[in-house]
Amino acid sequence: MSGTVLTNTVMILGMAAVTVFVKAALFVLGDRVVFPPLLKQALGFVPVTVLTAIIVPMILSPNGEGLELTWGNPQLVGALAAVLACVVTGKQLLTIAVALGVFFVWQLGVLA
Amino acid sequence: MTRRSSFAAGARDTLPMVIGAAPFGIIFGTLVATGPLAAWQGQLMSLSVFAGSSQFIALGLVAGHAGLAVIWLTTLIVNLRHALYAATLLPHVAHLPARWRWTLGFFLTDETFAVMAGYYARHPRAPLGHWYFLGSCLSMYANWQFWTLVGLLFGAAFPQLQSLGLDFAMVATFIAIVVPQLASLPNFAAAVAAGAVAYLGQDVPYKLGLMAAVVAGVTVGMALQRWRSGGLEAGRREEEAA
Repeated sequence: MSGTVLTNTVMILGMAAVTVFVKAALFVLGDRVVFPPLLKQALGFVPVTVLTAIIVPMILSPNGEGLELTWGNPQLVGALAAVLACVVTGKQLLTIAVALGVFFVWQLGVLA
Repeated sequence: MTRRSSFAAGARDTLPMVIGAAPFGIIFGTLVATGPLAAWQGQLMSLSVFAGSSQFIALGLVAGHAGLAVIWLTTLIVNLRHALYAATLLPHVAHLPARWRWTLGFFLTDETFAVMAGYYARHPRAPLGHWYFLGSCLSMYANWQFWTLVGLLFGAAFPQLQSLGLDFAMVATFIAIVVPQLASLPNFAAAVAAGAVAYLGQDVPYKLGLMAAVVAGVTVGMALQRWRSGGLEAGRREEEAA
């Protein structure tokens, strides 16, 4: 193994160690971790905030080039369809199917 | 519900995420094939690190001749959000044997967290929830390995992959998970705050914009919840006084 190959392998294994530590440490501690009530309450907001935070930029500026609040943005149209389908039907799988349908029809049919 | 059907349900409910992750696996493999890492090292990274964003960033840092410490520290910061996921899911896995907790921790991703947050919201006390969790994990893992390999071998054949917008499958699934939770005002306000900060901070490096968005959202949500419960308590006191 040449020096660079070895260094890069060490780099990858180090990344793996760091990542597994971040991901698994709390799980491994298990019952030994006791969160104070305030933190428990805060963690209750994590799903709704982090999932929203991940998708909002993907919807509003899908090309990473500023705000695209137009009908020419299939991500935005598809997302609006998803919200509507979810509110009206309350069914997860149907929501995803409707959203994907609208998104691809919009992208490949309406805008093409 | 048997172990097997629970496992299968977890894998099935992760399917949209699997579709959404596929192009990124191919792109990652393609980038490795055209960069300084050996092909087997690209696969090793997908197998052992299994965290897409940090894998992409590491490729950039290697190409820029960054030192090991910089790459490891960046990995830590970029992947820090997983600790938040683990903290949130901990009450549902704390009772499991250690080998289960190691396994589910290693396989944790954004996508599986999303699926599990939705699952536990619907089934807070599912006795076989960890099999569902494992089903979600392994379908994401197998998918990531497969598409990394495809990218390594045939990446050059898919030049237009990103413009297909397959990652919208992830957006659609996240919406289906989040929207039912927005009926409560504190949750709704938390989501609006988080979305706004995430949008404004999307160009901040190392996913720190995402972390700031979570902090902002959680703060707004908690403030509203306290204000409301404070208001309720005041109302109760008034009733008692009357």
